[in-house]
Amino acid sequence: MGFVKGLKCRECGRHYPKEVLYVCEYCFGPLEVVYNYEKIKEALTKETIASRPANLWRYRELLPIDGKPTDGLNSGFTPLVKAKNLAKALGVEELYIKDDSVDHPTLSFKDRVVAVALSKAKEFGFHTVACASTGNLANSVASQAAAARLESYIFIPADLEMGKIIGTLIYKPTLVAVEGNYDEVNRLCSQVASKYKWAFVNINIRPYYAEGSKTYGYEILEQLGWSAPRHIVVPCAGGSLITKIWKAIREFKEIGLIDSYKTRMYAAQAEGCAPIVNAIKEKSDIIKPVRPRTIAKSLAIGNPADGFYAASAVRESGGWADAVTDEEIVEAIKLLAQTEGIFTETAGGVTLGAAKKLIESGRIPKDESIVICITGNGLKTQEAVMDKIGRAIKIKPTLSSFEEKVRG
Amino acid sequence: MAIKVRIPTPLQKLTKDKDVVECDAKDIKGLIEELGKAFPGLGERICDESGKIRRFLNIYVNDEDIRFLEMDKTALKNGDEVSIIPAIAGG
Repeated sequence: MGFVKGLKCRECGRHYPKEVLYVCEYCFGPLEVVYNYEKIKEALTKETIASRPANLWRYRELLPIDGKPTDGLNSGFTPLVKAKNLAKALGVEELYIKDDSVDHPTLSFKDRVVAVALSKAKEFGFHTVACASTGNLANSVASQAAAARLESYIFIPADLEMGKIIGTLIYKPTLVAVEGNYDEVNRLCSQVASKYKWAFVNINIRPYYAEGSKTYGYEILEQLGWSAPRHIVVPCAGGSLITKIWKAIREFKEIGLIDSYKTRMYAAQAEGCAPIVNAIKEKSDIIKPVRPRTIAKSLAIGNPADGFYAASAVRESGGWADAVTDEEIVEAIKLLAQTEGIFTETAGGVTLGAAKKLIESGRIPKDESIVICITGNGLKTQEAVMDKIGRAIKIKPTLSSFEEKVRG
Repeated sequence: MAIKVRIPTPLQKLTKDKDVVECDAKDIKGLIEELGKAFPGLGERICDESGKIRRFLNIYVNDEDIRFLEMDKTALKNGDEVSIIPAIAGG
């Protein structure tokens, strides 16, 4: 093992050793893991990958750990659903849902990044893990830390959905609800991270953690028979996932696991928090922070750390972006449920809603393959749809009551 | 009364360990030039080779992010407080 050369600043290119570092001390740019692709190319073939268990570690040579993976051993390798009914509803020919609403163990794509983060945190010798989260990451860190017998401190905005709070507390972390929005939670956490010797998965071990998102992309390519789709629509909060899916495609090409790609990346956000979409539409290099106002709380990051790189991935690939209203989010959640039987959270409503708009406006052609990234589960954000899906029909336990009330 | 500039910890080596320095300038661009003259090496840490403010350094004038104002053309007057703060990773 050991395919990682070190860390490198994404901005100025300065090199750093593979340690607990995350910011370039010269220009303050984020650090990224650098791999030895020549060696990976020799070690990692389609056959090797296919012979391994169906979890995200089947791509372990492309992940930044030195030893054996220790966490998330059942995470990843979620279904790529061929969505025929939804395709018909949207008037497109070839449509897939990459369904991380059923990722193990906490029903979101964050199980991937946490699997990598905790494995790496143990290599670094940490005993306590922590995170700033809009909910899904909170669930995953608390769950996987419990299984790994690590202590955990989870920081969230105080107004999160009940499902995300209960889905964190059940694992008995120290859960800290901060009176403020995510960006304020994040600011506080960066102060906490510099004072306490904890592995803050999305702060001080972020370069390693973020690499876990690539497995979502690798799986799409493997599940499509080692080929890349033409269009991928991705929800954006901090902007890391879309950046890493784009990286996954380029890495597979680099090591020869796919021959070529003509994939375009599309960013999806809620209108009430669309700094990345705005920058793409305005063709601007500057990501202007916003104060989020949306029911898609898991995407409510007004000052996205990877916003610039997310916009760059979209631009480089020739893609585009769109944002949706709260009403459109709910409609899209219902559409996915009622066509494909998949209940996604608000973020999934954002992604499908944006995909629908991009198809209707002609940005995404109807006769090319499209993947929609569903990254979280609807059971966690029930408040968003509770009053908008009708009610159960109440009857007496008699056949006549059934016939009168239901069939009448 | 001049403009007060708060210097982040990683750059204080260049300002002789001072966390606040004073400066006179009409706008942010001018302020960065003045800082560069007063503290050799500081200018290139704040701006890249093409003179643009580095993407992961945020600058605030009286607590307002200059991305909401007029970027490096944001005007300054005596008594203003400018903070230079590295962007926060996360999300």
